[in-house]
Amino acid sequence: MEARILDEFRAVVGKGLITEASQLHTYECDGLTNMRVLPQAVLLPTSTADVQAIVRICQREKIPFVARGSGTGLSGGALPVETGVLISLARMNHILEVDLPNARVVVEPGVVNSDVTQRVASHGYFFAPDPSSQSVCTIGGNLAENSGGAHCLKYGFTTTHVLAVEVVLPDASIVHLGSRALDRPGYDLPGIFVGSEGTLGIATKVALRVVKKPAVIQTLLAAFNTTTEAGAAVSGIIGAGMLPAAIEMMDNLAIQAAEAAVHAGYPNCGGLLLVELDGPAAEVEHLMDQVGEICTQCGAWEIRVAQSDAERALVWKGRKAAFAAVGRISPNYIVQDGVVPRTALPKILSEIERMSAADGLRVANVFHAGDGNLHPLVLYDRRIPGQEERATELSINILRLCVKFGGSITGEHGVGAEKKMMMGEMFAEPDLETMQLVRCAFDPEHLSNPGKVFPRTRMCAERTGPYQPHPLEVAGVAQFF
Amino acid sequence: MGNHSSSHPSIAAVETAWSDLQVLVGAERFRTSKLEEAVDDVLPHMFIEPANPEEVAGALKIATGAGLQVIPRGGATKMDWGNPPRSGELMLSTRRLNRVVEHAWADMTATVEAGCTLQQLQQTLAEHGQRLALDPLWPEQATIGGILATNDSGPLRIRFGSLRDLVIGITLVLPDGTLAKSGGKVVKNVAGYDLPKLATGSLGTLGIITQAIFRLHPVPRESRTLSFSNADSETMNALVLAIQDCNMVPTGVQVRAGNSSTPEVDLRFEGTTAGCDAQIEQTLRIASGARRIESPADVWNARSTLWSGAEPSVVCKFSLLPGDLGNFLNLIRKASEPLHLPWKVVAQAVGVGYLRLEGNDTGALLNALQDFRKNLETRGGSLVILRCPLEIKSKMDVWGSAGDALPLMRSIKAQFDPTGVLNPGRFIGGI
Repeated sequence: MEARILDEFRAVVGKGLITEASQLHTYECDGLTNMRVLPQAVLLPTSTADVQAIVRICQREKIPFVARGSGTGLSGGALPVETGVLISLARMNHILEVDLPNARVVVEPGVVNSDVTQRVASHGYFFAPDPSSQSVCTIGGNLAENSGGAHCLKYGFTTTHVLAVEVVLPDASIVHLGSRALDRPGYDLPGIFVGSEGTLGIATKVALRVVKKPAVIQTLLAAFNTTTEAGAAVSGIIGAGMLPAAIEMMDNLAIQAAEAAVHAGYPNCGGLLLVELDGPAAEVEHLMDQVGEICTQCGAWEIRVAQSDAERALVWKGRKAAFAAVGRISPNYIVQDGVVPRTALPKILSEIERMSAADGLRVANVFHAGDGNLHPLVLYDRRIPGQEERATELSINILRLCVKFGGSITGEHGVGAEKKMMMGEMFAEPDLETMQLVRCAFDPEHLSNPGKVFPRTRMCAERTGPYQPHPLEVAGVAQFF
Repeated sequence: MGNHSSSHPSIAAVETAWSDLQVLVGAERFRTSKLEEAVDDVLPHMFIEPANPEEVAGALKIATGAGLQVIPRGGATKMDWGNPPRSGELMLSTRRLNRVVEHAWADMTATVEAGCTLQQLQQTLAEHGQRLALDPLWPEQATIGGILATNDSGPLRIRFGSLRDLVIGITLVLPDGTLAKSGGKVVKNVAGYDLPKLATGSLGTLGIITQAIFRLHPVPRESRTLSFSNADSETMNALVLAIQDCNMVPTGVQVRAGNSSTPEVDLRFEGTTAGCDAQIEQTLRIASGARRIESPADVWNARSTLWSGAEPSVVCKFSLLPGDLGNFLNLIRKASEPLHLPWKVVAQAVGVGYLRLEGNDTGALLNALQDFRKNLETRGGSLVILRCPLEIKSKMDVWGSAGDALPLMRSIKAQFDPTGVLNPGRFIGGI
């Protein structure tokens, strides 16, 4: 990168400019560590004005930029662009305003997810989205990925809890999307911005909705011989008209890993179910009895109900640590994030089992069973030639299967750099072209996190019609793939 | 920008378009429009009822090609919402797209065509003890497409959210005839941009919705309602905030007020008998300062009563922070009393309400509305006029301010509908 441009960046962020290769390596990947790119520079702004000044330079010089929070994303959404800069929002980490009568909290994007809850907890409120990385991941990252978590079954996703966003657009203008009050007239811009994986601009201020803590929370743990039995219990619970706060399932391999890592005290079984109910005490007690009965009918041979916060924390510890725990039983692994309609869970699990046996690769399954969101962990050893390729292929085939069953290639991790080539399996070309009309409205020059989400880039015209192939494509010179 | 109306189409091109449209859907589904189908004072020449999404796509492509403007129509319950259209030669009805395509009851999702009425959908879902947890206006006539396009929601919102929280997939026909799907059949899905949310509340200005997929909820085992009368707006607002600040889970918290009555609060609990009983007990303790009254019949449908009464009148939707509701009611009272404007409000505790204001003096109505809007907008809220005499629409934008996001909204419109075919001028900022 030219020295004059670096000087300009330095004038904006001072010491918050990183160009030393050794320091740049910290930012070369996010939680998806097998994709790495060194950016030209890393910038650490401390204010909206800083972000705007940076983007103005990028816009003028046509330098692509990628925003990053804590870098815990699992799909390479914060993977840098080689010719561009990385903008870390880590220093914009202030909670700006807490308005409890209206249950609103205004934060900067670098605020850590669980810090929001911590700030309002003494008044009995919490911030509902709870990705497993919540003690480190940032609100800005949650916004980009529309993060979920175990409790989104009942409480919804990040998008449910974002009311307004201040955004620096790729043309360096500042816009305010949504409002603290509901139903701002006009298009639902927060709705389209949240989950856009950093491709529409950079959020610099966010108004969140916080939720009152339920009166009572109880977590039931049930041990089954098989995941099929556990799956039948899930259907039974939902079929009885209940909406638990969370329903989580783990198979034997995942349980072994969790036990090895954090000693959660799980029973050694083929299928473990965690069911959390919350709400008014009278309601929860009544329904928990019913959940217990359904589990017993479906073959549960051990049932525990955690009531105190300490007991619940222990039950959840194993589940929340499950991804990392797999490192205890396998040198390498790939985490996937497919979704199927809940009723397809037994079918897809037996398919995964079959594929895993055929490939000679172990697959551990951890999933948000209530909403059909599975996280198969494909275990492999990079040192064995060919195994990484086979593992990658198996994990992709599992996603294909999810699409075949009417589901999605990602429930909460995002498409990012990792799964953009899978988008074409889920959507037809006109679907993807139509989505990209939004991109063209926000970022016609594709400066904001380019090369993510979509398998190929739509050329943006001032006035667009149906997709027009680029002249280079027609001439056979280039392919946008 | 904003005004995209294309150059005047040639007579020959229009004649060809009409005959192409007739061939597309058949003579019995293509006719001249009737006087009562006018939108404000714009009467489209022709009226078309396509039978399937492909015909909708074909019709839009023909209209766009000929430079004709199109006004989409569902159950026609809310055609007067929005600014008057700048023009509109073709009215396109979705009423023949009226199937419940799939009720995947075990997955608690449903796929439904845009022209299906909400009532028809709810009846189908009830066969398996489920519902779309949404209570918009006029469910017997209002269609899924129209409810989505206007983003209408009711009291259930406090517990289940609004349409943006319930719609998980959508099929949209763009003016160029592109049929595009986004979202899907699973509740948890972050693959691609969330077009279901963009289409929700877009008043048919980006594309015509032909199909939507929703997440469903069980029909509750039990439902109980209780109502309270409050001495004044301050005690009403304090009660509403206290209810929201405790850990109960009501499925309705509603405020009713007017020039001739003290503010009343309605509460609803749903779930198990034990859960309802316990929460009612807790409510009675919290509301000890208010007087318990008999809940009026059909109280959760109270909003629809704002559409009847003495004329002329204005009905508008307002949004504000929940804590500002009491002050806003006081403002209405203070402004309307000296002008003798009768008024009624039905509001939800989440901060979305509806106001009916009556009066012969258009100038007084305009002043009051502008005053209310200014007050709401400075506090982060909004005021949108839903129904009013045309004279008011000619003097006041029904939507209010889009703030600094208006250029972005215009460029979204320009991408989806570059020649301004769909509902030109009816949306915010002349979109």
